Amino acid sequence: MNPQIEIMIIASIVSTACVLPGVFLVLRKVALMSDAISHSILMGIVVMFFIVGNLHSPLLMIGAVATGIATVAITESLIQSRRLKEDAAIGLVFPVFFSIGVILISRYAGNIHLDQDAVLLGELAFAPFNRVILFNRDFGPLALWTMGGILITNATLIGVFYKELKLSTFDKALATTLGFSPVIIYYGLMTMVSITAVGAFDAVGSILVVALMITPPSTAYLLTDRLSRMLGLSVIFGIASSITGYGMATLLDASIAGSIATMTGVFFLIALFFSPKQGFAIVYFRAKRQQVDFAIKMLLVQLLAHEDRADAFEMTVKHMVQHMDWDSRFADKIAQSAVLKGFVLRDRTRLTLTPLGREMAREALIR
Amino acid sequence: MIEYTIAMVMVGSSLVGCISGALGGFAVLRKQSLLGDSISHAALPGIAIAFLITLTKNPVLLMAGAMIAGWISTLLVMAIVKRTIVKEDAALGMILSVFFGFGLVLLTIIQRLPTSNKSGLNHYLFGSAATLLASDIKLMAVLSVITVIGLLLFWKEFKILSFDSDYAISLGYNVNHIELILTFLTVTAIVIGLQTVGVILMSAMIIAPASAARQWTNRLGVMIALSALFGAISGLIGATISSQVDRLPTGPTIVLVMSAFVAISMVFAPAHGLIWKRNRRS
Repeated sequence: MNPQIEIMIIASIVSTACVLPGVFLVLRKVALMSDAISHSILMGIVVMFFIVGNLHSPLLMIGAVATGIATVAITESLIQSRRLKEDAAIGLVFPVFFSIGVILISRYAGNIHLDQDAVLLGELAFAPFNRVILFNRDFGPLALWTMGGILITNATLIGVFYKELKLSTFDKALATTLGFSPVIIYYGLMTMVSITAVGAFDAVGSILVVALMITPPSTAYLLTDRLSRMLGLSVIFGIASSITGYGMATLLDASIAGSIATMTGVFFLIALFFSPKQGFAIVYFRAKRQQVDFAIKMLLVQLLAHEDRADAFEMTVKHMVQHMDWDSRFADKIAQSAVLKGFVLRDRTRLTLTPLGREMAREALIR
Repeated sequence: MIEYTIAMVMVGSSLVGCISGALGGFAVLRKQSLLGDSISHAALPGIAIAFLITLTKNPVLLMAGAMIAGWISTLLVMAIVKRTIVKEDAALGMILSVFFGFGLVLLTIIQRLPTSNKSGLNHYLFGSAATLLASDIKLMAVLSVITVIGLLLFWKEFKILSFDSDYAISLGYNVNHIELILTFLTVTAIVIGLQTVGVILMSAMIIAPASAARQWTNRLGVMIALSALFGAISGLIGATISSQVDRLPTGPTIVLVMSAFVAISMVFAPAHGLIWKRNRRS
């Protein structure tokens, strides 16, 4: 396989592995824990590196995951102590871990390939060079195997505990009375987030992990309120962002992780404006259309009320301007669209109802 | 006699600590501390765009770019939270990561430009107090004075907004305007600190001093003053330590000193401290 295709496949797998737990983070309103965890794991990786002395030991992963879970536990206990509010507690713990990580790197790890830039920013372009070679055979990039494994684990866990996760996300009280421990489910989810973040950090960097865990699920949330559809749409947006993001990076010769993060934002922006239910543009045009529809009805009713005095001033657009306090251009537009819809006939300034218009006006009055 | 660069770093760091401490007080009270995280990350593309347009590293222009981007990011978060089903935590996380990602794209583009003076923009990621110049400090001081004047001028409005915004509405205040002014000052405070501490750790500068100060008092004036003081002292201590020890980055050191302030305050503060609570119980 050529490296470009490999990168796109790795990016798509990373994005799918990230959006699956991400959907639940967004729904549980703890999205920022992904930010906290993905920064904290730096310290775990560095500390374990000093103990083990090898950058590719699985112990590094274990240390990092432990730091992620410790971040969650310390943040929770700070909140429980009631000395700090939730937002402040989240914002206090991870900078400490991250600072320790950065200090350790700059003091002791000057010569090895471990710098804060790589952890934060990742370098997907290098992923195809780090390959799994067994018995003189090439089994593809290492990142493909680790992230593939993490993706399968995440998908299996979410599949098996779907009911429990769903219930405890939407109705915590009921889940507790039914005997699902919310603590176990919460920490289970956070462990999944930590493992995913640790696995992804060296391929894509922690910022992209945050972008992928939060943005595609939020985009999906704008489009549906069914959990299963939200999961499916998130996966689609994640993969779409990975592929278009890689294209953008190649085009501009820029950071791949940054480009993918940017594309997740572009998809969100599109949904933000054009989501059928709550898109800004859609809501705006719907309000405009309702305004026009209502104004036409007002015009028809007004015409119906004054129909007997056929040539009266009441039958003109000018009167509508005075009577309804309409802007004259708006009144003209309303009259025109009433004509177009066949409700009204216009003879210079005078307006008369058509039979259809008369019917509409009566209907509007009854309702 | 302290060396010139070290003196600059110490003055700069305590200034940053002081201003972010003061403004952080309101952010923490209003449960918006993580807005600082979002604003500081979002400033990165602003800095990069300002550089791309002007191709100079004029600190005034870079800070202006950072402020505009920080400001846009805040408005976006507010619009998303107000108008859609997406909640605040997700909105903050999205803005933070997407703006930062876009900033990275721009930084990689800048790195390939043939101009010579592009190095140094990377300092905004992790901060680089050692490269602070007297001119940078001057600019930071001017912005700090503006921020403090704004804070004193709107003190009453900010106070009422932080504790009872409904009451503020009933008194006829335009809460939206007050909120915008407070956010503007917070963005300014964050931008002042970016060069020293970097975009990633800037949120701790907003949250930590205020969280420590909150443990000691229930009065707003005392809290903000204490928070500014804690911030300034941690900035000074952190900068001093990092200047004395080889290869000890300033930003992370300041953050650790600040966090120590939080831990000590949580344990020992008389009204709230855990140690006093235990004694009372026994």
